[in-house]
Amino acid sequence: MFDFSIVTNWLNDALNGAMPSWLATTLECVIVAVALLLAYSLLAMFYIMYERWVCGWIQCRRGPIRVGPWGSLQIFADVFKILTKEIITLWHTDKFLFFLAPFLVVIASVMTFACLPWGKGMQVVDFNIGVFFIIAVSSIGVLGILLAGWSSNSKYTLIGAMRSGAQMISYELSVGISVLTMVCLAGTMSITGIVEAQADGWFLFKGHLPAIVAFIIYIVAANAENNRGPFDLPEAEHELTAGYHTEYSGIHYGLFYLAEYLNLFVVSGIAALLFLGGWMPLHISGWDGFNAVMDYIPSLVWFLGKAFFMTFVFMWIRWSFPRVRIDQMLALEWRYLMPMGLVNLVVMAVVVTNGWHF
Amino acid sequence: MAELKDKISALCPQPQFDSEGEFLLVTVDDAQWHALAVALKEQLHFDQLMALVGMDWKDSLGCMYYLTNTATQEIIHVKVATTDREKPMLHSVSDVWAVANFQEREAYDFFGIVFINHPDMRRFFLRSDWVGHPLRKDYDENPELNPLRLDDEPNEDYTCTWVEDENGKVTKVDKKVFEDDEYVINIGPQHPSTHGVMRYRTSLDGEIVKKVDVVSGYIHRGIEKLCEGLTYPQTLLYTERMDYMAAHINRHCLCLCIEKALGIEVPHRAELIRLMMDELMRLSSHLLSYGCLTMDQGATTAFFYGFRERELIYDIFDRTCGARMSMSYATIGGVVADVHPDFVKDVRHACDVIEKNLKEYHQLFTGNVIARNRMIGVGLLSREQAIDYAITGPSGRASGVHCDVRKTHPYSLYDEFEFDEVLDTAGDSMARYMVRMREMEQSIKILRQACDKLEAEEGNEFVAPKVPKLIKLPAGHWYQQVEASRGTFGVYIESDGDPKPFQKPYRMHFQSPCFNLVGVVDLTCRDNMIADLITITASIDFVIPDIDR
Repeated sequence: MFDFSIVTNWLNDALNGAMPSWLATTLECVIVAVALLLAYSLLAMFYIMYERWVCGWIQCRRGPIRVGPWGSLQIFADVFKILTKEIITLWHTDKFLFFLAPFLVVIASVMTFACLPWGKGMQVVDFNIGVFFIIAVSSIGVLGILLAGWSSNSKYTLIGAMRSGAQMISYELSVGISVLTMVCLAGTMSITGIVEAQADGWFLFKGHLPAIVAFIIYIVAANAENNRGPFDLPEAEHELTAGYHTEYSGIHYGLFYLAEYLNLFVVSGIAALLFLGGWMPLHISGWDGFNAVMDYIPSLVWFLGKAFFMTFVFMWIRWSFPRVRIDQMLALEWRYLMPMGLVNLVVMAVVVTNGWHF
Repeated sequence: MAELKDKISALCPQPQFDSEGEFLLVTVDDAQWHALAVALKEQLHFDQLMALVGMDWKDSLGCMYYLTNTATQEIIHVKVATTDREKPMLHSVSDVWAVANFQEREAYDFFGIVFINHPDMRRFFLRSDWVGHPLRKDYDENPELNPLRLDDEPNEDYTCTWVEDENGKVTKVDKKVFEDDEYVINIGPQHPSTHGVMRYRTSLDGEIVKKVDVVSGYIHRGIEKLCEGLTYPQTLLYTERMDYMAAHINRHCLCLCIEKALGIEVPHRAELIRLMMDELMRLSSHLLSYGCLTMDQGATTAFFYGFRERELIYDIFDRTCGARMSMSYATIGGVVADVHPDFVKDVRHACDVIEKNLKEYHQLFTGNVIARNRMIGVGLLSREQAIDYAITGPSGRASGVHCDVRKTHPYSLYDEFEFDEVLDTAGDSMARYMVRMREMEQSIKILRQACDKLEAEEGNEFVAPKVPKLIKLPAGHWYQQVEASRGTFGVYIESDGDPKPFQKPYRMHFQSPCFNLVGVVDLTCRDNMIADLITITASIDFVIPDIDR
């Protein structure tokens, strides 16, 4: 399998040879940032189209088909439209916080996005506490949502913000616990380490029952964490019109929208990393020919494929289920998911210490 | 009827009776009215106020109260009037029948009749700064009095009660709608889940709803007022613009009422076609209601499923009537034209498809654990409350009220058909939802029988008898009710027997089911959550243009 670090190392050496090291580092940062932001916006566009196609397919309709082949240019039209919309400023709002909020949300999602294991050797930084970092920065998003709801000076947005505060902070626990369960199995917090540990079998298959339980908990909690149906209470179109971003217009609204879709990719990517082996190809021990063929598929394709598959699962859930109510949502987390997750963590620890996993 | 007269005579001194019409008419003075109302409800079991029709008889102002005994399905109507045109006052019966609360507000709005002891004497439809009461015969239509107002409607922070003390002196007492420290949020008039321009001023405690103040009238078109300026055939088209999900049924009702007044006999085939259209309309309405209920709870896909099947029904309407909504198909004496040659085939096909897909609906939504948690036990409406608030239709039957007009007072050809009245006893949102789903099966059953009957009439294309070109009703009043998609729809016509060629109704009142339904929003939503408010209003399922007639 092609190791992308060959390219990055060559670039690093070439730059360091040609210029002082501080300049080389700065230049590398710029290149990485540009590449990431480009990937970020392209993926966001793809995801919006992806959601439309999937949702149209589930709902027995054709989705956008008019603009370009299969409606693929629709999204460009939409982006241009949203860019040209007026940004409406309201009276009696805290303007600084009001304008800050969408950027906080986007920053949180870009930072988590940057940590994903894109492919073999394709990573921005590889810390030894990578997973911990992902969980930490993804929590900044809730701050943006709370600020958006609070600074808009509207009752609808306030209710939406309160809901999202309650929801995201609660479900962060479950996400954290299920991630910890998998860290326990992997024995490392480093993202590369976790992927490498799945070389001989993905954790979902390797980890017995506790891994499957953790996977289910993660899917439920990540859906909630992402404010997507059936947990889209902070937006709850039918109750709060648009929840915390009711008062936003133009590109500020677009930023929330962007972050929402990218967060969908991020949680799918993390699911792929923790449970489906990240960029690791599907290997079945004993089937050497099959394994060799699988190795020919580039690691980036593996990772994106897994992430898109997980996204499909999230979309499938979103378009099938009705929305839960706030008390039911909190009850689900505090009475069922979190205790289950804690017990599951203990079970996983027992499994790992006794070496009962494959 | 004679027996009933004796019983009523025993209840109050010197009532006047008139048993010439279809129902017994009792005329009482306002002074005796409240006592009689209590006695009628408690002793003679007239526990449902079906309709309250405000009237202006030129020499007097008053109301017609149509009462039903829900045990025996007996109907009487009571006339109460006052000759004081300057400051007309009647005693409120909102403490006897809860539905009178909104009904009396409507009468106050349009006739200026003040109801003594009414808890909330505000206008219901018109702006609070409106001058005059439009349905009065002496109403001044001068546009300078009521110009097009470009400023916002002031929020009504105060309401009033006209309290009568022991000496009979009436004083106005102001009170606040909401206290100062309440957190009041506006749901509507523009809101995705009010299904139209409806506004609930909702007092919240966190997520819990403490009180809902319904503000209505944003799309009121004054249909009753407009009808007074039109001939009878012209009034027909307005019926379809009230509950557009029961367009055929409403129009059928007005046709039946006019035919009853004129004594026209409708050809069997025409009546059969009308009945089939009614049932198709009911199917389409319940499909929409399924779609909206699921959508309001966030299950967007289920919404499309409902709409997919509804399309079949609209195609049938399109082919036969030439329009998909506002079909204008039934007419006085029959229907406009015979059905499309493929009508029976199309209806059978639609029945098969819908029957098959109903299972899918249940798989997708009814069995879903989230949907069940959201609906079971939410928005309870007991049988007594449903009768008190005159809740009819699927919502009433979900509370166990036997109120299907097709069974209680069979009209059209319904007594020839075999079908069940769907009843439930739970009275929660789930029951209301399930009653609709099961009613669709009954409608399909009726339609299949009707298809057989229609096929048996092959060759007979007689659908419209000769009716007079100029419809003139004799002096009198008539009331006709039918089972519309959302409850009992009633039409009240009063004619002064005007001999002029283009006779216009003296008064036409439409008793719409949704008007009563919106009356229970406050009752059912209290102490529930905001999300429940949406579920409850969706499960009660009212159509705003039907409230704002």
